[in-house]
Amino acid sequence: MSPRVTFPNKILPYLLIAPQLVIVGIFFYWPASQALYQSVLREDPFGLRSTFVGLANFRRVLSEPNYINALQNTAVFSIAVAFVAMAIALLLAVMADKIIRGRGIYRTMLIWPYAIAPAIAGMVWLFMFNPAMGTFAYMLRSSGYQWDPLLRGDQAMVLVIAAAAWKQISYNFLFFVAGLQAIPKTLIEAAAIDGAGETKRFWTIIFPLLAPTTFFLLVINTTYAFFDTFGIIHAVTGGGPGKATETLVYKVYNDGFVNLILGDSAAQSVILMVIVIALTAIQFRYVEKKVHYG
Amino acid sequence: MATVELKDVRKTYGGRVEAVKGISIDIPDGAMCVLVGPSGCGKSTLLRMIAGLEEITSGTVSIGDKVVNTLGPAERDIAMVFQNYALYPHMKVYDNMAYGLRNRGMDKDEIDRRVRDAAGTLGLAELLERRPRELSGGQRQRVAMGRAIVRSPKAFLFDEPLSNLDAKLRGQMRIEIKNLQRSLGVTSVYVTHDQVEAMTLADTLVVMNQGLAEQVDTPIAIYERPASIFVAGFIGSPAMNLLAAEGGETGKGLKLAAGGTVKPRETSLPDAGRKVLLGVRPEHLTLVSARNNADIEMKVTAVEALGADTLAHGYPVDGDARAGELIARLPGTVRVADGDVLPLAIDAGMAHLFDAGSGKRN
Repeated sequence: MSPRVTFPNKILPYLLIAPQLVIVGIFFYWPASQALYQSVLREDPFGLRSTFVGLANFRRVLSEPNYINALQNTAVFSIAVAFVAMAIALLLAVMADKIIRGRGIYRTMLIWPYAIAPAIAGMVWLFMFNPAMGTFAYMLRSSGYQWDPLLRGDQAMVLVIAAAAWKQISYNFLFFVAGLQAIPKTLIEAAAIDGAGETKRFWTIIFPLLAPTTFFLLVINTTYAFFDTFGIIHAVTGGGPGKATETLVYKVYNDGFVNLILGDSAAQSVILMVIVIALTAIQFRYVEKKVHYG
Repeated sequence: MATVELKDVRKTYGGRVEAVKGISIDIPDGAMCVLVGPSGCGKSTLLRMIAGLEEITSGTVSIGDKVVNTLGPAERDIAMVFQNYALYPHMKVYDNMAYGLRNRGMDKDEIDRRVRDAAGTLGLAELLERRPRELSGGQRQRVAMGRAIVRSPKAFLFDEPLSNLDAKLRGQMRIEIKNLQRSLGVTSVYVTHDQVEAMTLADTLVVMNQGLAEQVDTPIAIYERPASIFVAGFIGSPAMNLLAAEGGETGKGLKLAAGGTVKPRETSLPDAGRKVLLGVRPEHLTLVSARNNADIEMKVTAVEALGADTLAHGYPVDGDARAGELIARLPGTVRVADGDVLPLAIDAGMAHLFDAGSGKRN
């Protein structure tokens, strides 16, 4: 047991955490409580009066086919983004770990995309794959593939997944590289002497030992896919075609700020909040059990 | 079981830095060869080259009469025990030991038999279901040993396996390793910087310095006839006293640079004027009663009473403190104090003379 650090001053510790508490309070608890409050109110069309309606907003939102559609989209989108972003990042990290000369340059280059704003990342992908002017769209079409994300929902989904995953790869890469470096080299050597080939070493030694990193990234990536991808979707598809790429967050925005149905939008944010809390709890409870903190 | 043979093995990093500068050693079947030397002498590099973890720049490494230079570590059929044990933290003790066997596609029952055998030998039977982090340092060390012996490899390679243990456990594990290696009769190469381990474990001791083998011999032969000043200073604790001197006129003994002359008995002396270093181990200096019988007189500056022995630190009384430090290991019953002048005799035949220029034994 390490001895507990004690501060003789009774006020100082509170003073030191105060800025963080204020920020969390203003930017999280206040809006969250506003959402809770709004979710049980209904405003009249002109925004002059609001009435308490209990759980009616929730009932209506949950029975709406568009909402179920957004829920499905979010599931597909989040799983795909987290999986693609993590798999590619891990592959790149393992490759980069093998490079000895110019290691720093590779890493820096691979980390850069993280510095790009989501909306801009979206635009880059949009330009590349825009059916009218995109280079890659042109190449796809000339190779005989029917590429039209403006009309076909599945292709639009692939496009936003690619853009969202691409942006997150850098972040994951950074953590995987650090995770790989934390694995003692002698373990790999011991495994080599024990007759494990490179692939076998990866799956039996390296991958299990990366589990804490992978788990952490899983939580981060899921949250990212749920919330931080709004900008990308907004820029690339705007939730379309139809509502093929409308995720929960996008719908919250659309209903609340475009259609100004504040009660429904608030109810959706509350549901979203519950979903994310539940997901995180499940991840910590079940996935962490299989994680070995070396 | 196999012999291990190194022929003019060299390692050069990046075409410039020479870590190992041509080492040849023959290790007979079942023998324990210990590589000892200060850090950076190339001993670990040499071991890693035998293991196949480092490329061999030139020369050949043979295990069991087969040159293994181009083989990977797995194909050399060796087992290695690492300084940090390198146990797989996410696997149970059982799986740690079985891992190498499974990778070789061995039959399940055979694996089980071998793991349980090894666990029995090493006293790990109760710990097979634990994970490495639930074990003490000594137990981890044993698991690392177990992982090596289940494979029945041609050779064991030990890379400072005891340096992470506390002193008491180290002594105990040292004896266990020795007994185990003897009873299994597996050819072993053992790297250490600890000279007690080196002396006690080795059948063949290799003293390395700056990428070269300074001396290859049995531990006792190295202790009794160190081939160079480096070996003389490195093997033995406290280190051998080395005093600058030159040959005096015939029959007059050695002129010490610090002043005075010494005439060690049963030692062939160098020609007059030739510069040498006189080496005497602290345990070969005996306190005599009369000044006339003394070869050298020492002014004491510090005393370490260890109980069994008393170590007296000082310098030749005719010189000054800078001219050369002297340490004498005296019986524990002798009482000495700072400032005493001790008449000391060099035990017959126990003086070593080294050429001052080359550092080689005269």
